[in-house]
Amino acid sequence: MHKSLLIDPAKCTSCLQCELACSFENEGVFNPAKSRIKIFEFEHGRKAIPYTCTQCEEAWCLHACPVEAITINEETGAKEVNESICVGCKVCTIACPFGTVNYNSDSGKVIKCDLCGGEPQCAEACPTGAIVYVDSDWTGYLRMRDSAVEQHS
Amino acid sequence: MQHVIVGAGPAGVIAAETLRKKSRNDSIIIVAKEPYPAYSRMAIPYLLAGDVEENGTYLRIDANHFDKLEIEIRLNTVNRINTREKTVTLEKGPDLHYDRLLLATGSSAIRPPISGMDSPRVHNCWTLDDAHRMLSEIRARDRVVLLGAGFIGCIVLQALVSMKLDLTVVELADHMLARMMDHEGGKMIKQWCENKGVTVRTGTEVIAVTEKSNQLEIELADGSTITADHIVCAAGVRPNIHMLEGSAIDVDAGILVNNQLQTNVPDIFAAGDVAQGPDRSTGDQQVHAIQPTASEHGRVAAFHMSGDASPYGGSLSMNVLNTLGLITSSFGLWDGVDGGDRTAVCDTAGNRYLRLEFQDDLLVGALAIGLTQHVGVLRGLIQTKVRLGNWKKLLLDDPSLIMNAYLDRVQGTRA
Repeated sequence: MHKSLLIDPAKCTSCLQCELACSFENEGVFNPAKSRIKIFEFEHGRKAIPYTCTQCEEAWCLHACPVEAITINEETGAKEVNESICVGCKVCTIACPFGTVNYNSDSGKVIKCDLCGGEPQCAEACPTGAIVYVDSDWTGYLRMRDSAVEQHS
Repeated sequence: MQHVIVGAGPAGVIAAETLRKKSRNDSIIIVAKEPYPAYSRMAIPYLLAGDVEENGTYLRIDANHFDKLEIEIRLNTVNRINTREKTVTLEKGPDLHYDRLLLATGSSAIRPPISGMDSPRVHNCWTLDDAHRMLSEIRARDRVVLLGAGFIGCIVLQALVSMKLDLTVVELADHMLARMMDHEGGKMIKQWCENKGVTVRTGTEVIAVTEKSNQLEIELADGSTITADHIVCAAGVRPNIHMLEGSAIDVDAGILVNNQLQTNVPDIFAAGDVAQGPDRSTGDQQVHAIQPTASEHGRVAAFHMSGDASPYGGSLSMNVLNTLGLITSSFGLWDGVDGGDRTAVCDTAGNRYLRLEFQDDLLVGALAIGLTQHVGVLRGLIQTKVRLGNWKKLLLDDPSLIMNAYLDRVQGTRA
């Protein structure tokens, strides 16, 4: 069973530790602009949502790639960009309807969450448990539980 | 069951792979016209620019990929389709039987009917053969006129600049990227190119080309003449439907297909650049000669060829492009709809532009310049017809809130 990132916006304080950890792990710099996970703020910062790729089953990015630069890591289930193969055409950035593949103009390639090879640094860095890395069926269970709570509240 | 797929581009290859996933035993044959491993035309500009080697254009990296999947690739050309006999006539060898046929024959570059355009100094930039010829005949610092500043022209432009040429762009329309960008955005892109040292002549056309002492005299409609060493022609592409002449298969601009990507003839399907299939935005049948449609069509056609009956909602017109470092994208009905609402924010100095088109509280189209982060949500919002509710008013005031609107309406803040 693959593990997934489980995100609970209610616990997010918008501290940006996840963005810093992500950009450092993947780009070698502490720079939220280069992070693959992004915090979006609402109501002048009173609410925040960490947002990144869910490694969706449909894998729109992978299917749209014209040169097989996006493949599935069998161990983690992550859809990973192979930077040496990516030509930088950006078709995946418009094909992904969730907007979680981004173009990095410095490298001329695209970047997306690859779950850090199975040790996602955003989850490690999150001090409040807003981002945790858990079994995929567990995220499904929590979603069901949340929606049940919503329906009965 | 024998599936015959005509064409080894993305639509044909993805269809073959999908068919194999659906059935271990069916026979799958791809008839390929070009003597190369299946490759991506989209990657050719990157080959010209020297960013990748030729194998970097291949659709599949593993040389044994198709053997492993028992997908047979035959180098041949289909000249005729015999719908009654369920065979295709090939250039070499006996007719080939099909139980299900997929036409994924792609499109070809067109040459405008202008005198002198048959000169060997005029190049297309569409196939690997074209790329080989350009790389062997065009030298750094040559004077080159690029004919056409549409989507393909602008991708080629990037490659030509990388080849360090003395470049002039001639575009018939009054602005660059006329089919994926409005006047405002087109102006911004033109200014950007000129700032990078590329001469751009819009609103004029080449009327005659004469070859004299190893150079080309190129006459324009405005009375001026350009002297150049080569012309690179990016004046558009046309679906490859000539092999359907005399067949019972309905064609218009491309091969007409329904929401199962099926033609009017049973057991014959079409996909990719050659298919004129359902347009998700309008419900009309349109040719969307773009990579995401080719890959989507390939999968959908294969589902239906193997008997899966769920209908296809249609392709969404969309493009993304890097013009000398300026990233441009367009989605859906970016020019708006009658009775719809529009908003745009333009930062000329910063080379950023975002235009959104609404019908009621639905996003139906979008244009963006300089937007590289989360651009896919524009597709998501349009394609899944997300009701924006109160967010529409907020977006009319400030379109840059699009990601917040998306998260709130699609993911739900729940905070």
